Amino acid sequence: MAVIGTKAPGGLKARWTLIDIIVVVYALVPVLWILSLSFKTKDTLADRNFFPREWTWQNYIDIFNTSEFLRALLNSIGIAVIATVIAVVLGTMAAYAIARLDFPGKRLLVGVSLLIAMFPQVSLVTPLFEMERSLGLFDTWPGLILPYITFALPLAIYTLSAFFREIPWELEKAAKMDGATPAQAFRRVIAPLAAPGVFTTAILVFIFCWNDFLFAISLTSTTASRTVPAALSFFQGSSRFEDPTGTVSAAAVVITIPIILFVLFFQRRIVAGLTSGAVKG
Amino acid sequence: MAEIVLDKVTKRYPDGALAVSEVDIRIADGEFVILVGPSGCGKSTTLNMIAGLEDITEGELRIDGERVNERAPKDRDIAMVFQSYALYPHMSVRENMAFPLRLAKVDKETVRQKVEEAARILDLTQHLDRKPGNLSGGQRQRVAMGRAIVRDPKAFLMDEPLSNLDAKLRVQMRTSVAKLQKRLGTTTVYVTHDQTEAMTLGDRVVVMRGGLVQQIGSPQSLYEQPANLFVAGFIGSPSMNFLPATLADGHLHTPLGDFPLTDRVRRLAETANAPRELIMGLRPEHFEDAGLLDDAEKARGGTFTASVDVLESMGSDKYAYFTVEGETATSAELEELAAESGSTEMTDNGSQVVTRLSAASGARIGSDLTVWFDPDKIHLFDPQDGRTLTYSS
Ligand SMILES: Nc1ncnc2c1ncn2[C@@H]1O[C@H](COP(=O)(O)OP(=O)(O)OP(=O)(O)O)[C@@H](O)[C@H]1O
Ligand SMILES: [Mg+2]
Repeated sequence: MAVIGTKAPGGLKARWTLIDIIVVVYALVPVLWILSLSFKTKDTLADRNFFPREWTWQNYIDIFNTSEFLRALLNSIGIAVIATVIAVVLGTMAAYAIARLDFPGKRLLVGVSLLIAMFPQVSLVTPLFEMERSLGLFDTWPGLILPYITFALPLAIYTLSAFFREIPWELEKAAKMDGATPAQAFRRVIAPLAAPGVFTTAILVFIFCWNDFLFAISLTSTTASRTVPAALSFFQGSSRFEDPTGTVSAAAVVITIPIILFVLFFQRRIVAGLTSGAVKG
Repeated sequence: MAEIVLDKVTKRYPDGALAVSEVDIRIADGEFVILVGPSGCGKSTTLNMIAGLEDITEGELRIDGERVNERAPKDRDIAMVFQSYALYPHMSVRENMAFPLRLAKVDKETVRQKVEEAARILDLTQHLDRKPGNLSGGQRQRVAMGRAIVRDPKAFLMDEPLSNLDAKLRVQMRTSVAKLQKRLGTTTVYVTHDQTEAMTLGDRVVVMRGGLVQQIGSPQSLYEQPANLFVAGFIGSPSMNFLPATLADGHLHTPLGDFPLTDRVRRLAETANAPRELIMGLRPEHFEDAGLLDDAEKARGGTFTASVDVLESMGSDKYAYFTVEGETATSAELEELAAESGSTEMTDNGSQVVTRLSAASGARIGSDLTVWFDPDKIHLFDPQDGRTLTYSS
C-alpha cells in the first residue's frame, strides 16, 4: 500500500515492502499472542511457545458459560450502541449547522467542543463519580452512556463537518431550484451523500465507547453495568485458585471481533468517493 | 413562460458589500436576456435573487405581475443551470432529470415520457442509466440542461453554463443552447462574462459594472451605440481604440492627426454640450490601408502613418497594431477595462491602435504604413464621467 505507482524501481519497492512487514508484525504480535494464549490449555499457558502445542476451545466454552462475561458483553453492546446512535444523530445535526450555516456563537461552539475533546478524562473521573452517586446514576447504563456521548460528540462533530464540507453546496441550491423543501433537500440529496461520513463516524464513536476502560472501571461496581474491558480485570477463572489468563485472552479475542467485522464490512463504504462527479471535476 | 420584472432591485450582503444597486430590467415573455460584465459586477447575485437563492434587500421582483420577493425558490417555478452543473452524484442521469418531476408528484408514466423526450432533444438517450461521474463535461452540461427543461418551468436561469467546457465544445453548445431556447420559447436569463457569448446568444444584453446596469439593448445597438466608455470598450473584439482628443473650432486634434468633424458628429456633439478635452473611440474595422483606396475615398477621411508593431493575418483580414505618439487617454473606466482584459501593455510613449485591414493590404511588420480612417464613425466620450457625446440614447 505504501508503494505508489508501479514504476518504482525494484529496490525501492522491496525496501517499502520490508518496512511494511516490520510495521505490521510489530503491531500484530501482541494480538496474535493473545489469540494463541486463548487456544492453549491451562498447563501449557506458560510454555513460551507461540504456537499452542495442544489446541483447545475450552477457554471460549468457559467464558460463555460464565454469566459474568455474558452480562458484560450485553452491557458493552447495549451501552456502545445507544451512545453511538445518540452521538451520531446529535453530531450530524451540529456538524451540518457548522458546515452550512452562519449563526452567532458558531466559533464558540466549535471551540468548546475542541476543549472537551482535549480535556484529560482522568481528571473528570472523581467528580463524575461523586455526581453520579448523588444523582443515582452510578453503576447504571445511563451513567456510562452520558459521559461516552459527551466525549464522543466532539469526535463526531469534527469528522462529520469535514464530510459535510465536502458536499458541494450547489447541490442543495439545485435541489431547492428543483422544487425541494429544505427537509426534502436534506433527505434526498445531502443525507445519501453524507452516508459514508455518517458510517465512518459511527464506527469511530462505537470503537471509542467499546474500548473505554477508564470510565467503565470507575463508574461501575456490579455486573449491572460493567462492560467487558472492566469485567476482564475481575475475571477469576472457574475457581478461585485458577490462572485466568486463558479465559481473559479468549474474552479479549471475542470483544475484538466486532471491531474487525465493522471495519471489514464498512470499509468499502468508507472509502467510496461518492461525491466524485458532482461538480466539473 | 413569464415576464420577469426587476424594479430597483438592490442587494446588500450582510457584510455590507453592495453587490447590486437599483437594477431595473424588464424581461419580456420568451425573451433571451444576457447579463454580462466583468468579474464581481453582480451578475450571479442578480440571477440568484431572481431564483430566490438570495434575499432581495430593496426593490421588487415581479413574475407575471406578481411580487415574488418573499417566495421560496420552489414556489417560483424557475429552473436553473449552474456553472458547476450541480448534478446529484448518487443518482443516474435518468433520476437526475426526473428529480424535479418526482418532487412535483407527477405520475410515473408521465415522468418517464418527459425524461425520455428531454433526453432525445439533448441526445442523451444512450446515457440515461449512467452516473454523472462517468460522463464527459459536455454530457454533464446537457444533463444539467435536461434537468432544467423537463418540467416546463416559467423561466430558465443559467449562470455561466458553458464556462467549464473547452473552447470548441463551448461554441457548439452555444449554438445548441440558442436553438433550444428558441424552440421552447421559454424566458431565459443567462449570465456570462464572455462578450462573444453575450453578442451571439441574446435577444438583449444587459451590461453591468460594479453592481450598476450600464446599458441594456440588442447586441447590435450596444455595439453601434455604446452609452459610455465602459460599454464601448467591453463590447467588441478586438476592442475599440481610445485616444485623447481636443475639440476646437469644429476640428478634432488627436494623436492620429487633426481633422474636421463630420456634420453628423458635430451636431451630436453640440447637442451633448461636449467639453474641449475628449476621449475619441474608433473601432478597428473603421480603418483601412490607404494604399487600397482611391483618392476620392481617401479625401473623405483622415490618414496617419506609423510603423506596424504586430501583424496578425486572419485569412479574411489582417489585424495591424500601431503605436501612435502622444498622450494616452485616461479614465477610471478604461483602467478597469484594462485590468479586466489583463492587458498591461500600456506603452509608455503613446497609445496602441488596433486596425483591421483588408487581406490585400501590403502591411509588413516594422515598415511604415499609411492608414486611412473614417471620421464619421468616431465616438466621443466625456473623460470625466465616461458618457457618450455622440449618441443620444
Ligand atoms: N456571500 C457573499 N457575501 C458578501 N459579499 C458577496 C457574497 N457573494 C458575492 N459577494 C460580493 O458581491 C459582488 C458581486 O458578486 P457576484 O458573485 O454577483 O459577481 P459576478 O458578477 O457573478 O462575478 P463572476 O463573474 O466572478 O462570477 C462581489 O463584489 C462579491 O465580492
Ligand atoms: Mg458569478
